[in-house]
Amino acid sequence: MYNSSRRFLKKYGIPGKLIVVEGIDGSGKSTQLRLLEKWLRFNNFEVFRTEWNSSDMVKSITSKGKKKANLTPTTFSLLHATDFADRFERNILPLLRAGYFVLADRYIYTAYARDVTRGCNHLWVRKMYDFALKPDLAFYFRVPIDISMDRILSGRPKLKYYEAGMDLGLSRDIYESYRIFQSKIIEQYESMARREDFAVIDATLGIKEQQKIMRDKIRQLLPPRMKKAILEVP
Amino acid sequence: MQADLARARKKRRPVWHGNGKLGGIPYLQDLEISGRLIVIEGPDASGRSTQIEMLTTRLEADGFAVLNTGLKRSELIGEGILEAKRNVSLGKRTSALFYAADFADQLEHKIIPALQAGYVVLADRYVYTLMARNTVRGIKRQWSSNLYSFAPVPDLIFYLDVDPFKLVHRVFAKKQSLDYHESGADMGLSEDMFESFIIYQRKLAREFEYLKKKYGLMPVDGNRAQEQVNLTLQKQISRFLARVA
Repeated sequence: MYNSSRRFLKKYGIPGKLIVVEGIDGSGKSTQLRLLEKWLRFNNFEVFRTEWNSSDMVKSITSKGKKKANLTPTTFSLLHATDFADRFERNILPLLRAGYFVLADRYIYTAYARDVTRGCNHLWVRKMYDFALKPDLAFYFRVPIDISMDRILSGRPKLKYYEAGMDLGLSRDIYESYRIFQSKIIEQYESMARREDFAVIDATLGIKEQQKIMRDKIRQLLPPRMKKAILEVP
Repeated sequence: MQADLARARKKRRPVWHGNGKLGGIPYLQDLEISGRLIVIEGPDASGRSTQIEMLTTRLEADGFAVLNTGLKRSELIGEGILEAKRNVSLGKRTSALFYAADFADQLEHKIIPALQAGYVVLADRYVYTLMARNTVRGIKRQWSSNLYSFAPVPDLIFYLDVDPFKLVHRVFAKKQSLDYHESGADMGLSEDMFESFIIYQRKLAREFEYLKKKYGLMPVDGNRAQEQVNLTLQKQISRFLARVA
């Protein structure tokens, strides 16, 4: 059964493109990804956008534990991996094989950054996710912590417990905890930027300007026949 | 007896699966335990829960504090797994990680605290069943063994060996129908549920042959009467507990 699916994979390959955005909350990555989605759809590409921690099945269970605030870092990590695996097996991989543009709002790098900050073994996290495909492009939105804090707090003043890293006991003040936690996550992103080939976007630039840089990068991915090939997939 | 118990409470560092850079849980690196972890592995209807019940009674009579634990029992997601099982479309990697999350939750909230407090923890299945499930579904052994590198190595691991045909009859004696997942029906092995059960259990048994060697599982002939099986287990456990006390 699995052997035949491997043969099938070889024959049809993976014609789609996987585009990922990464960065801390308030870096503007989701806005940029939505603009990208519109542009691709306008150009008649088939597009699928997927968000971190959004599988219905896993979400209900994760939020139950989150409410009780008794998730250990290991369990927290495994639940997010479960969510990712569900979306990967159900949507991301099949759609890439059908030739879609898959746009992922956060990918395995979010897990690398958060789980290691929470105290998981970095090698363990990486090996757990080694079934995931490497993206064709991973954009990292680099932003100073103050700017991201302003963006987050103006739109949604109430911070959530895990979002602020309160489980780590960094500070009893939720805003202070959030700042420290996000700074640690920035450190993690920065430390993997080179190894993981991140396309770094200066997230302090204007929205249009950032979008232009991204579209240029994506154009470079497309061989002339690519568009045609995608349209031919039934 | 009192002196035995006092000595059994001597703190020690747990041994973890995995080695070198991988293994253990970084934020629990200072963990010290004084309890003992004893695992009973074996297929569905091999009599594990009956054996654990009998062993618990005996150990408690001997003055040990005992905690029973098993898979799919975490407060957090035990329910979720049951729900998800009804939804057949879960991928192999997804369910592998889901089971791992359930295990991690129980490990950190039940098993480790009990080991710290000096309990004898009797586990009805452990990571080996989860590893075997993964392998027969086409996941690489190395991935599963990396995944479970955060689990402590048990002091004793028994495997109840029962012939698949005997298992079928025990299952039928219990409820006249075969469980969808214990028959590996999600794997499309056979249209025939009976055949599927036999094939699936054989695949698991074969994988356990590998696991026995790698992790030192001790085979126990589970084809015999309950009392006889229990006698074998009891003897080995008492001998072990006396030796470490």
